[in-house]
Amino acid sequence: MSFLFENSYYIAAVGLILIGLYIMAAKKNLIKVIIGLSFFETGINVLLIAAGYIRGGSAPIFSHPDMQAGKMVDPTPQALVLTAIVIGVAVLALALSLAVRLYEHHGTLNLRKIRELKW
Amino acid sequence: MRSLIAVILLAVIGLGLALCLSDMPFGANHIATAEKAGRHYLEKAPQETGSANVVTAVVVTYRGFDTLGEVTVLFIAAIGLGMVLYRRKKQEGKPPQPASFVLQTGCCFLFPLILILGVYIFLHGHLTPGGGFQGGVIVASGFLLAYIGCADMKIRHRWFEATESLAGSAFVIAGMAGLAAGGSFLMNFMPKGNFNTLFSAGIIPIIYIAIGLKVGAELTGLIANLLERAE
Repeated sequence: MSFLFENSYYIAAVGLILIGLYIMAAKKNLIKVIIGLSFFETGINVLLIAAGYIRGGSAPIFSHPDMQAGKMVDPTPQALVLTAIVIGVAVLALALSLAVRLYEHHGTLNLRKIRELKW
Repeated sequence: MRSLIAVILLAVIGLGLALCLSDMPFGANHIATAEKAGRHYLEKAPQETGSANVVTAVVVTYRGFDTLGEVTVLFIAAIGLGMVLYRRKKQEGKPPQPASFVLQTGCCFLFPLILILGVYIFLHGHLTPGGGFQGGVIVASGFLLAYIGCADMKIRHRWFEATESLAGSAFVIAGMAGLAAGGSFLMNFMPKGNFNTLFSAGIIPIIYIAIGLKVGAELTGLIANLLERAE
């Protein structure tokens, strides 16, 4: 039980990644596949932030003269995730615009019925 | 069958992730020694860049070139969306109903406040949590509210494209100025100012204002392209 409690952030992140991958692999509806992509991306962001956490650390901002560099979390993963979130929004919008075009062309969002996207 | 293959694939990936993560226990102090990058940023960033927010220092100066690449990715995604949705067929069905009076008044009231919040967040990127990317997204969410609340709302695409190009150029020009003044691209050549005040940290606030305007204009363009009905 304490293992689950200690690693709850990792478990949540890996869970989100696996849920997203399952949706992308198994679902028929293109909108659901895009939702799965969004899940996957969120999971990766949570994983990166959790990997950078240091127990008892504060946010890496020297907002007060008493703050010490030794008591802060790793700033590098936070800097990576900060840009990745915005890029994720843009990629999501691009994927949805492709879905709009596919629907106009084929009249359906079912991936089993669109011949070019079958696997 | 398909879900069975998917589940086997997921088991393999989950096992791999678990094996990788077992080497890095949650919450361990993995940057304890001085040669780790994170430790260097935490110890040296306040003196080297003058920025109180170390994440901002990493994003704009230490990894500034990478951020330029990220902004380019965002730009390409926005262009791709514009190209894919260019000349859509006229949509059938009734035009959307105008929103109720309460909703429209609420939007008009909240819209400027959201813009001010976004501008505040990207102006104070080197002092408080936040920065150009977050502020830009908040600005764009204000425009999204206006689009949802007022059905006949339309932005002037020209103005937003001009803002976006000027802000993108400002980022590159600030980097080139560092090259001219100090010998490396995106070098922080301006005076550092008083630590933890608004006018400090050299070129970091200038670059973050450029990023904020660029991200805001770009995401507003995305929203407009997705929501505007074809003529």
